[in-house]
Amino acid sequence: MSGHTDTHHEESFWRKYIFSIDHKVIGIQYGITALVFLLFGFTLMMLMRWQLAYPEQPMPWFGWLFGEEGIMLPEVYNSLGAMHGTIMIFLGVVPLAVGAFGNYFVPLQIGAPDMAFPKLNMSSYWCYLAGGIVMMFGFFVPGGAANSGWTSYPPLSDIATTGQTVWLFGMVLLITSSLLGSVNTITTIVQLRAKGLTWMRLPFFVWTQFITGFLLLLAFPPLEAAGVLQLMDRLAGTSFFLPSGLVVSGELLDVSGGGSPLLWQHLFWFLAHPEVYVLILPAMGIVGEILANNTRKPLWGYKSIVYASSFLGFMSFVVWAHHMFMTGMGSTISAFFQTTTMIISIPSVVILTAMFISLWGGSIRYNTAMLFALGFLPMFGIGGLTGLPLGIAASDIHLHDTYYVIGHFHYVVAPGTIFALFAGIYYWFPKMTGKVLNERLGKIHFWTSMIFINGIFAPMFIQGLAGISRRLWDGGISYAHATDTFYLNEMMSTSAWLLGLAQIPFIINLIISLKSGEKANDNHWEATTLEWTDAPSPPLPHRNFEVIPEVHRGPYEYSVPGSDKGFIPQSEA
Amino acid sequence: MEIPYNVEERQDTGMYNAKLGIWLFLASEVMLFGGLFSAYVFLRMGDITGTFASGSQELNVPLATFNTLVLISSSVTMIMSWVSLKLGDIKKFKLHLGSTLLLAGVFLVVKYFEYTAKFHHGIYPDTSTFFAIYFTLTGLHMIHILGGMVVIFYFLVPGSKMMKTEPERFTNRIETVGLYWHFVDLVWIFLFPILYLL
Repeated sequence: MSGHTDTHHEESFWRKYIFSIDHKVIGIQYGITALVFLLFGFTLMMLMRWQLAYPEQPMPWFGWLFGEEGIMLPEVYNSLGAMHGTIMIFLGVVPLAVGAFGNYFVPLQIGAPDMAFPKLNMSSYWCYLAGGIVMMFGFFVPGGAANSGWTSYPPLSDIATTGQTVWLFGMVLLITSSLLGSVNTITTIVQLRAKGLTWMRLPFFVWTQFITGFLLLLAFPPLEAAGVLQLMDRLAGTSFFLPSGLVVSGELLDVSGGGSPLLWQHLFWFLAHPEVYVLILPAMGIVGEILANNTRKPLWGYKSIVYASSFLGFMSFVVWAHHMFMTGMGSTISAFFQTTTMIISIPSVVILTAMFISLWGGSIRYNTAMLFALGFLPMFGIGGLTGLPLGIAASDIHLHDTYYVIGHFHYVVAPGTIFALFAGIYYWFPKMTGKVLNERLGKIHFWTSMIFINGIFAPMFIQGLAGISRRLWDGGISYAHATDTFYLNEMMSTSAWLLGLAQIPFIINLIISLKSGEKANDNHWEATTLEWTDAPSPPLPHRNFEVIPEVHRGPYEYSVPGSDKGFIPQSEA
Repeated sequence: MEIPYNVEERQDTGMYNAKLGIWLFLASEVMLFGGLFSAYVFLRMGDITGTFASGSQELNVPLATFNTLVLISSSVTMIMSWVSLKLGDIKKFKLHLGSTLLLAGVFLVVKYFEYTAKFHHGIYPDTSTFFAIYFTLTGLHMIHILGGMVVIFYFLVPGSKMMKTEPERFTNRIETVGLYWHFVDLVWIFLFPILYLL
């Protein structure tokens, strides 16, 4: 929507960096904000881990913030838990994967001058930031931030303190942001592909963003509906989620009743299961790009991966109730969702297997981006395979709501998705800034993160199998049957704090390399896709390319026999 | 640099950007109201005391029937305004778009009287689950009507300059507004039977 005039004259500071409509600036805004939120959400978890490792012992330094004599209060612990989940998912990982990487690299990889709707793109970022600020505001209202878990199950959330209302308003803003973003991404990919860039020539990363766009577009509105209903419950006194005859603290609740807490769970998980694939698909896309580039081989089974991802996206809408086996919804429904859940594991395995096979016989370049991408593969494998027992109703009865679940989805999202996002940062930093990130610091970052992250999440499987429930303020001390797994808590917490330290080389690396890093040339990794072959580093403001490229071949023509450079760019005739 | 297919259609997709954009937006709206309609079904199935059946008895069917006709007419005038614009008849375009805005206003006034009548009888969202969903669904629908009215007003008065500077783009915009308006109309066509008649 940029007019004829605004591209030629010099832009003001505000227009250029703050209220920019250039997809690259918006992408970087998304990226920086999301990284800050990731760090903040991680800090909340590090505080919680003190309470779990040393229950009822005063916390050093910051203890006075969370309760008398430095001992964290249970309601504060609950707030931190709910906000950790909310921040990591909705303010950290998704904005980084979709808002930052999607925004920055989808137009570049398809040879477009910008997103289809630049002003919508800007509004999407500002809605996201507003949502984030509203969420943070929750910490300062009476009763503290939302404390009913990131899932906000009623009836608890219906009668919880004001923080829950703030949480709901924040979510409405975040959902609006993701709606604007997904409309934009899908339209851009359908409409603005360069000449010759057919669907089966799209880089895999663009495919994953395309499917993710549909998941965000169609799965989020039911949660918005649920959010509206919960707001009505909390503000207008309705009983959508409150059954008749509900007793709270020994007193009958004075409401009309007739509602159902299960309704929330259905609407919530209708979003929150596809959300899992929103978290994982862009990560797979990034890993795919990096694997092809650093094995110097085409991605094995490109078409199968594309079809598998599309099927995965479709199936993700019909598996939601596998989160609800324990609600007594009936064995017929359980059987249905158990079956669909087993089916959805097939495309995930197809994608992961194809990526492993891609490594076969490659002369692999072990740079930091590749290390993180390689780390993603087994970590996501562990996360995915440990999900199977949770998808089968019979075994889920034992494992439901234990630390096993926490271990499972953190393996998917933390050493899975977040490692892939780190890989993306190391891979694309030269394109975004024209500087290369320091490899030595990068490798320290990778190896320390890899060790400590497993130190946190692997023991969770043991604790979960022993039966420790996931939301316990004291880490399960009151559970007599699991006492022989408590010793793991201290080790897990120490790993978490060390993981925090392990991020310092990364932060230093970002700053130092930006200031005085090695200069990157336009195609630093000798890649084949358009963002590397046809755009300068960094790409031109507001138009990306000197000349919009034309595409003549598939995305990963590496090691082509007879080619002089060893690879053929997509834009080479 | 101009973004391609902002005004003209892309050959292989047969659409300009905003048309795809509005269809995607409407798909998301279908899921929003779909979620709420599912909530309606879910709650009605669990309604052992019969508040849904008895609640709908208290709603004013003649007024709602009138409102249904008003909204359908507004959809007709909406499409007439786009057709007039395509034919280059600016005067008729303004007349039809203005009528759409007026009819939307009539709808809201009728709705206002319906709401106040309920409040006078002491019926509020917290009266029963039926009235909770009645007020939520119709309220959300009214917000959509209001949003549509703001956009229609914009194109009728302050935004109408584009008619002279970029006529083709302006026509496209009216088309996308129309698509949205028909959707809002359609939502009401579903709301009317499930709330008033069942």
